[in-house]
Amino acid sequence: METELKKVRGLGAAHNGTRHFWMQRVTAIANVPLTLYLLYFVIAHIGAGRDAVVASVKNPFCAIALSLMLISICWHMKLGWQMVIEDYVHGNGAKLACLILNIFLAFGLCGLGVFAILKMSFGV
Amino acid sequence: MFAQQHGFAIELPLMLDQSRKMTQRPLSPHLQIYRPMLSTSMSILHRITGLGLVLGVAGLVWWLSAAATSDAYFALVQGFFSGWFGRLMLFGMSWALIHHMLGGFRHFLWDTGHGFDLNKVEWLVRANIIGSVVLTIALWIIAYWVRG
Repeated sequence: METELKKVRGLGAAHNGTRHFWMQRVTAIANVPLTLYLLYFVIAHIGAGRDAVVASVKNPFCAIALSLMLISICWHMKLGWQMVIEDYVHGNGAKLACLILNIFLAFGLCGLGVFAILKMSFGV
Repeated sequence: MFAQQHGFAIELPLMLDQSRKMTQRPLSPHLQIYRPMLSTSMSILHRITGLGLVLGVAGLVWWLSAAATSDAYFALVQGFFSGWFGRLMLFGMSWALIHHMLGGFRHFLWDTGHGFDLNKVEWLVRANIIGSVVLTIALWIIAYWVRG
C-alpha cells in the first residue's frame, strides 16, 4: 500500500524507490565506453600469447579500465537478471532462491575477473 | 419481492459470474495473449540478449583467469576461442552486446520523452535490428582484417 508518507519518500510496495532504475541507467552509460574498450582489447589480443596479455594488463590504464568494466557490467547484469526473475519466477521460495543466486553469480564473476586482472597487474 | 423490484434476482448470478471471470482473467505479463509485433519482439529480444550476455562475462572471466594462471591454461582457453565453437560463441556474444547496446540507446532516447509516436518506434526498432547485424559484421571484418 502506498501511504502519503511513502509517496513523499518515493517508496511503494517494493520498499524501495527509483534506485534500481537509476543504477541501471548509470551503469548503462558507463558500460558504453568501457565495453567499447573491451572490444578493442579483445581484438588486439586475438591469438596472442599469455605474455602479451599480461604485458598489456601491466599498464595501469588498462588494468583500471578492465576492472571498472567488470564492476559496471556485473552490476548492470545483476539488475537486469533481477528484473526478469522478479517478473517471471513465480512462488516466493523459488524467486528468493533465484534472487540470491543471481547476486552470488554477479559478485562471483566480478570478483574472479578483478582478481585475475590485479594478479597480472601486480605481476606475480 | 424487493430483490425482484431492483433486479437483484437477475443481477446476482450475473455478478457472481463476472466475479468468477475477474479472478480467472489473465494477469500481466501474459505475453502470449498479445499479437506478436516487431516492437514487442524487440523488447523481448533486448531482455534475451541482456540475459545471454552472462555467457560473455563468464567467457571473459575464464579468459582473464587463464591469463593470470599459466601458459598452458591460457593456451587451452585461446585454443577454445579460436576453434569453430569458440568463434561461434564470440560472434553470438558480439552481436548480443551490440544489439543490447543499441537497444540501450533507444531506451536513453525514450527516457528523455522522445521517440514515442508509432512511426518513430517502428523506425527505431528496425534501426536497432539492422544496425546490430551490420555493426557486428563490420566488427568481424575489422577483427579478421587486423588479426586474420
